[in-house]
Amino acid sequence: MRRLKDLLARRAMFLLTAVPGLLVFLMLFGLLLRSRAILAFHSFTGLLFGSGWHPLKGEFGFLPFLAGTLWVTLVAMVIAVPVSLLTAVYLSEYAPRSIRELTKPVVDLLAGIPSVVYGVWGVLMVVPFVGKVLAPLFGVYSSGYSVLSGGIVLAIMVFPTIIHVALEVFSAVPNELRETSLSLGATTWETVKHVVLRKGLQGIFAAVVLGLSRAFGETMAVLMVVGNVARLPKSVFDPAYPLPALIANNYGEMMSIPRYDSALMFAALVLLLVVLVFNLGARFILVKIERKVE
Amino acid sequence: MRTFRRRKIEERIFKVLMLASTVVVTASLLVIVGTVVVKSLPALRLSMLVQTPKGGYYLGKEGGILNAIAGSLYLASGATLLAVLLSLPVVLYLNLYTKKSSALATFTRFSLDVLWGIPSIVYGAFGFIVMMTLGLRASLLAGIITVGLLEIPIMARAMDEVIRLVPSALKDASDSLGATKLETALKVVVRQALPGILTAVLIAFGRGIGDAASVLFTAGFTDSLPRSLLQPAATLPLAIFFQLGTPFPEVQQRAYASAAVLTLIILVISLVSRVLIKRFTRHTIK
Amino acid sequence: MEPQTHLRIRNLSVSYGAQEVLKNVSLDIPDRKITVIIGPSGCGKTTLLKSLNRLLDSVDGIRIEGHIFVDDEDIYDPRVEATHIRKKMGLLSQKPQVLPMSVFDNIAYGPKIHGLRDRKRLRVLVERELKAAGLWDEVKDRLHEPASRLSVGQQQRLCLARGLAVEPEIILGDEPTSALDPQSSRIVEQRLIALKSEYTVIVVTHILRQARRIADHLAFLYLGELVEHGPAAEFFANPRDPRTRAYLTGEIS
Repeated sequence: MRRLKDLLARRAMFLLTAVPGLLVFLMLFGLLLRSRAILAFHSFTGLLFGSGWHPLKGEFGFLPFLAGTLWVTLVAMVIAVPVSLLTAVYLSEYAPRSIRELTKPVVDLLAGIPSVVYGVWGVLMVVPFVGKVLAPLFGVYSSGYSVLSGGIVLAIMVFPTIIHVALEVFSAVPNELRETSLSLGATTWETVKHVVLRKGLQGIFAAVVLGLSRAFGETMAVLMVVGNVARLPKSVFDPAYPLPALIANNYGEMMSIPRYDSALMFAALVLLLVVLVFNLGARFILVKIERKVE
Repeated sequence: MRTFRRRKIEERIFKVLMLASTVVVTASLLVIVGTVVVKSLPALRLSMLVQTPKGGYYLGKEGGILNAIAGSLYLASGATLLAVLLSLPVVLYLNLYTKKSSALATFTRFSLDVLWGIPSIVYGAFGFIVMMTLGLRASLLAGIITVGLLEIPIMARAMDEVIRLVPSALKDASDSLGATKLETALKVVVRQALPGILTAVLIAFGRGIGDAASVLFTAGFTDSLPRSLLQPAATLPLAIFFQLGTPFPEVQQRAYASAAVLTLIILVISLVSRVLIKRFTRHTIK
Repeated sequence: MEPQTHLRIRNLSVSYGAQEVLKNVSLDIPDRKITVIIGPSGCGKTTLLKSLNRLLDSVDGIRIEGHIFVDDEDIYDPRVEATHIRKKMGLLSQKPQVLPMSVFDNIAYGPKIHGLRDRKRLRVLVERELKAAGLWDEVKDRLHEPASRLSVGQQQRLCLARGLAVEPEIILGDEPTSALDPQSSRIVEQRLIALKSEYTVIVVTHILRQARRIADHLAFLYLGELVEHGPAAEFFANPRDPRTRAYLTGEIS
């Protein structure tokens, strides 16, 4: 009887394990099917690199949106990576236990705040700050709804992801290794630079990749602060229109304009493909790093 | 020693940067939660929590967000349940039944990584396709399916983290006592990792209840409380979004209040999970 | 002639929270000799060793009282830089800890940190220390391979060479051979004996036979207290304290 249960459970679990892979495949397939309509009229590259977005005229160029996504993600990572890594190093190597125990829950809570709440806060604080304080400082005009606002909000959303993984990586480095470096007369900082970071390089890379994934996949918060203007941004103070925002904003009009729904499905497909390619690339690099360090 | 002073200065500079970064991160939480709470106070009233929107709510008249609160709770609970049923067996299978290098394990883990990174709007679009294919309209059920799928990679990753930590010595001990793999899995591994598993479930729940993009296409919206799986359901994230988008400042105020409510729900869940973990950790082996 | 001592421990007490690990230890370490600290496991030997190069500094909740004088400088004086003290001492851990780099870089790590960048001088230094540790012949063709590829015995000798590279005055060994096979243990012991002509060596061990083989001077630590110490011959022939006798005969271990 026990053996039977075991066997049944094993079969069931095996089947379920196929689900994630199946899901990715289904998503690809489903979105591809739904994009057929627009792909019948425009080439893949034409769509991706076309710079004009005028659906009523049948012109579907996605370049402004791709550029928007890229800009916002980049700004977010430029802010998030150093801040997160420095925080993680501080918490792991310098902070007394009391501070560490107090700060870790804060980081976890930050991770739990919903996207819309970040968006609301972004509208309340970040947008006016960028528009009324930062932009004039640089002598530029900005409504505040900009790449920079999106990047700032996104960066804060990404902090917990990178910090969490980086802390795990650091705690996996054996303490004796640190003691060895210190015994040779190195300062704590030198130990971090030459031993801890080196030993944890693979993990740090993974942490950053994860952060990048999170930044890329965020929809709502960015949508609320980035301006949603379908033009290529020329500076961080310009508004942008990231791809996820495009889909979210226009879902209502989808049905009334020909091929619009197909275009939006295509946009979703592009996002999916980017994530796939990115993950493949990251995994490849990870393996390479592993080989170098060992 | 000239070089020694330079080393010290370098360390000092970085220490300042590190401290500043930590302060930025900690302050972010306080500022975000603080701002939302402060802005919400004028509009936050008990009546808002226990009423559904009456006519003209979005124009500034009477009503509350009970429809959204209830809808969100129903939807997120259903979705999380679905996600647990699909995630836990997979994670257990990957950790206990397959070898590390097996093709199935690598492929599944890779797929989970990809799924983790897919924007929630793509889940929404896919959910929409599923809806159309199944002949469903925008409904609670469609929302549950979509958010459930969204939660799977999040939950699976968090569960994987903890189940991996279960020392293999423990599993070996159970196997050598003659237990079947299933029994080892359920009675020993799950028991040991239970606090972490619960955290994983709660993290996924928090993500699911707070996500707007996935329910945008799929759950619809309604002013009434959720009555059936096949009817549209209101959700807090969308309620916040719609209220914020109106030109009326009183309604925008309510958006802040709704945001505060949503944040409060998440914070309560966080706290509850911490308490539960402290209780359950009594039985685990360190 | 009175043996010189430039390492003196005075009234050292260490506790973690409520637990007292070292109780009022006072000891003079003779120069250019091998001093072995023996005692059963968990009686504070490693803590004593780590207090000598201030590795205890970063432990949460630790309280250190007393003084340790190196060349008449109290190393626990708040004005003294820990890195300065640690450079004077080379530590050999129980489990060989190779840094995640090549053999060459491992040895060069210390000197580079302290400002030596000249590649030619570094190469000379690396060769010299590897020879002093008895490892040169085995690794001279593999200098730029990752150090983790060496055998455990080789790794420990690498750690010895690495410690010597910063030109310490004192070598500290925390059960340096307990993770090694008998042959590697012998090699490391021989190296330590050879090194005492230039360095002061302090070794912690729980292996009595090893102590008999290498010690010039002995200190017996039991439950955090320094029970007895003295020159090796005297110590083994006429232990004064009953606890020492009990340990030597194997009654307590």
